[in-house]
Amino acid sequence: MRIAVVVFPGTNCDEETRYVLGDVLGQDVEPVWHADTELGRFDAIILPGGFSYGDHLRAGAIARFSPVMKTVAELSRRDRIVVGICNGFQVLCEAGLLPGALLPNAGGSFAGRWVHCRVEGEPSPLTRGIETGTVLKLPIAHGEGRYTAPPETLEGLERSGRILFRYCEPDGSVTEGANPNGSLANVAGIMSEGGNVVGLMPHPERAAEAELPSQDGLPLLKALVGIGAAKEQIAVGVPAQCGAGSAGSTAR
Amino acid sequence: MTSIERVMVASPTPDLTDAEYTSIVESLGRVPNHVEVGILSAMWSEHCGYKNSRPLLRRLPTTGPRVVQGPGENAGAVDLGDGLLAVLKMESHNHPSAVEPFQGAATGVGGILRDIFTMGARPVALLDSLRFGPPGEGRNRYLFNGVVAGIGHYGNCIGVPTVGGEIYFDPSFAENPLVNAMCVGIVERERLTLAKAGDPGDVVLIVGAPTGRDGIHGATFASAELADDREASRPNVQVGNPFLEKLLLEACLALLPKGVVRAMQDLGAAGLTSSSVEVAARGKRGMRLDVGKVSRRESGMTPYEMMLSESQERMLLVVPPAAVAEVEAHFARWELHSDLAGEITDDGDFAVLDNGVEVARLPIPLLTDEVPTYTRQGQARPAPTMPELPPEPTDYNAVLLALLASPNIRSRRPVFQTYDHTVRADTVVEPGLGAGVVRIRGTNKALALTTDCNPRYVYADPRRGAAIAVAEAARNLACRGAEPIAVTDCLNFGNPEKPEVYWELSEAIDGLGEACRALNVPIVSGNVSLYNESNGVAVKPSPIVGMVGLIEDRSKIPSSGFVAEGDVVFLVGPAGAELQCSEYLAHRLGRTDVLGPPPSLDLNIERAVQEFVREAARRGLLRSAHDCSEGGLAVAVAECCIAGGLGFSAESSSRDHLLNRAQERDQVRRIDATLFGEGQSRFVLSCRSDQMPGLASLLAESNLGGITTLLGRVGGDTLSWSDDLSVSVKELARAWNTPF
Repeated sequence: MRIAVVVFPGTNCDEETRYVLGDVLGQDVEPVWHADTELGRFDAIILPGGFSYGDHLRAGAIARFSPVMKTVAELSRRDRIVVGICNGFQVLCEAGLLPGALLPNAGGSFAGRWVHCRVEGEPSPLTRGIETGTVLKLPIAHGEGRYTAPPETLEGLERSGRILFRYCEPDGSVTEGANPNGSLANVAGIMSEGGNVVGLMPHPERAAEAELPSQDGLPLLKALVGIGAAKEQIAVGVPAQCGAGSAGSTAR
Repeated sequence: MTSIERVMVASPTPDLTDAEYTSIVESLGRVPNHVEVGILSAMWSEHCGYKNSRPLLRRLPTTGPRVVQGPGENAGAVDLGDGLLAVLKMESHNHPSAVEPFQGAATGVGGILRDIFTMGARPVALLDSLRFGPPGEGRNRYLFNGVVAGIGHYGNCIGVPTVGGEIYFDPSFAENPLVNAMCVGIVERERLTLAKAGDPGDVVLIVGAPTGRDGIHGATFASAELADDREASRPNVQVGNPFLEKLLLEACLALLPKGVVRAMQDLGAAGLTSSSVEVAARGKRGMRLDVGKVSRRESGMTPYEMMLSESQERMLLVVPPAAVAEVEAHFARWELHSDLAGEITDDGDFAVLDNGVEVARLPIPLLTDEVPTYTRQGQARPAPTMPELPPEPTDYNAVLLALLASPNIRSRRPVFQTYDHTVRADTVVEPGLGAGVVRIRGTNKALALTTDCNPRYVYADPRRGAAIAVAEAARNLACRGAEPIAVTDCLNFGNPEKPEVYWELSEAIDGLGEACRALNVPIVSGNVSLYNESNGVAVKPSPIVGMVGLIEDRSKIPSSGFVAEGDVVFLVGPAGAELQCSEYLAHRLGRTDVLGPPPSLDLNIERAVQEFVREAARRGLLRSAHDCSEGGLAVAVAECCIAGGLGFSAESSSRDHLLNRAQERDQVRRIDATLFGEGQSRFVLSCRSDQMPGLASLLAESNLGGITTLLGRVGGDTLSWSDDLSVSVKELARAWNTPF
């Protein structure tokens, strides 16, 4: 799979995103500078995390005007896969490619910690093949991650199964206590009406190898590049099989 | 003026003493002009010139087989094998943080990052060592919140994980907090870049942010005591822009492989002045710099202001004339402008021009080698006396919970959670308990990183206290199975002109040297921050030790907390029933002053125990490893329980074994002393039953069987110790997680 990882000035998760997709998952990954507009050769486009334009004004507000975003919008209409992670999610919302917005965290401060997310909704480029109710331990690192949307938008997302991830307890229950930033309905990630644009606040690329505190991000990225094997995906939902010392020891 | 006619000339600035000014006039053979006085007072400040500390710093060990770059450059560098170097440096930003905590701390992080990428290294980890007045009070809270938010703001935005550091509270830091930031980078050996001028005719470029009026005279501000009217010092504080620094970082690192950069130097303290002078001095060249060619943020800035501005996110580069166009285009792609501001000369002078008109000319040696140094007479302070011990407590549970909740022991998670510690996806062990670990991709290796210093110990006995800081840092690394390979230090003290403070500084440096020699770890970079006083009262002396350890095989890192039910727990190290200077005693007596001398330290035992722990980790014989520090053995065991979410029950024999060992060492035979004493060189280790034989033979090989106590087993949901202690892990965690 040919994957573009877009680099805005201030993007800071491009390197590890490329590393995981390229070196760990063996895909053909290329960094694309935000001034480039030729993206036709790619099967998928990733907008990685970071602080594009220093989050000036608000996260993603300037990046949406970047030359590359015009092309990204066009390609999204032609069913190309577009994934926004953290700041990328913020950019996609600002650009109107995903509904809703991401506000400053309810707690008022940056949240850099591990959370649990429940997979649900219709199959998406990141979650296809992963069973509904699967709980993933993933890191978040953001100051503006409080998802919000008008009631009718939220209802539409719920009804059409486009909420893909919700913050939850380790056992999968969706509670207020498990919500790290005050997101509406614990929403951590969503997809577009067309089903080809996905945005999420947690960082699967930071949890994709056995030696890291969790590798629950791996099945998401495998699903993206189309190498997900059913066996491995089932294992994700069962904490006991995630390896001694990592799963179960929540919030270390 | 001849020396016969030498008369004292009154200095036009409080930053230079009359005697210093007289010697400058004599050396120049003329009176310096206004711009020159500004340059001289910056270069002759303690911050740039190390007037008081230079003679003392020569006593430190700075060499070793791994050392590629010792002190003298922007950062030190040590060999990691595989063609890679670790580059490390720690620096203080105390005074700016006392005045404007958010920007003060943020620019401290920005400055230390530049020191690392100036060397051509990719920053891979940040740590912060912070000292505040007791939490909860008005101004202390303001400073604490501001500093923590500032660190997060800069580090999070630039995308370098914060993987460690520590926070310590003491009333002496209330008006003068300490903010020390440490950064570690990795660079391929052949890409290491030095800040040494090239050839005459080479072009000097100033890249990055335009220059404004912020931080003017920051270096001299940092070299004086804080006055009551500190609010008036706000213009001395710089303002940070991490977004710009991210662009500068990427642009600089991407430029280096083109091979056209002769020298690179960041603009830190004393801005254009010190960066230019240092580059020229290291290359034994001169430099001509035209401030009229340097982009500025505001109009009407004078050459004096331009030379002394500490505007952030600026870099000085030296490139051959033929490469100028290429370099300009490179930075333009990153949306950064580069100003052709000067050139390297061979006359040995530092000449400053303002649009072609010379406004200053000073010989480089006058600004560097000829900066005077002062060796002063120190005056020892009598050792603090040991108070009478309180009776043994009736409720040990309450004492343990109170200690876990005390500001110097409780969990730092609320702070770490506002920092991004997972960015770069290389953080194998997260901050929270002991050293953080970042992996080195493409190898089996990893770096373990820590900062340490107990100011109470240092105040009580500067030499031993400083040695303990080194020992404790190495101990934290040993828990990860890491060999200590380099130290960067930040020496935070009061006014060295006071004999007692000078004595503290001198003794502490000797203590650092002794411990580093004993543990075989060189000091490759560092920073000295003196004049940390407010209203004439010095902070507790704080020689902060930042240490880097190398893990050869990162698949064998022991956990901090207990891992599984049934694992065997034991203590390796001296009896340690030493209550002096302890958190326990402070708690029991309700006192914040220093209570007796610091615990004893035998560096031979320290080395032997650390070697044992490292070797045990290397052989895969350990499940968990944690050291005993503030709060002693009971707190260490409690932290292992909390981190692992598992209980512990003590062997009935352990109580008497510890008491007997204390008695043999002529220590008090008291249960509270064995549980809460802060004796050094001790580790709480756990292993599987089947690892016991291997460990036993390693203990025998290491000759440490005599200082080992079997403590008990991991299991259940309660920490229980004979009849003395029984607390559920839940309760322990609740106390430990007391918010600030």
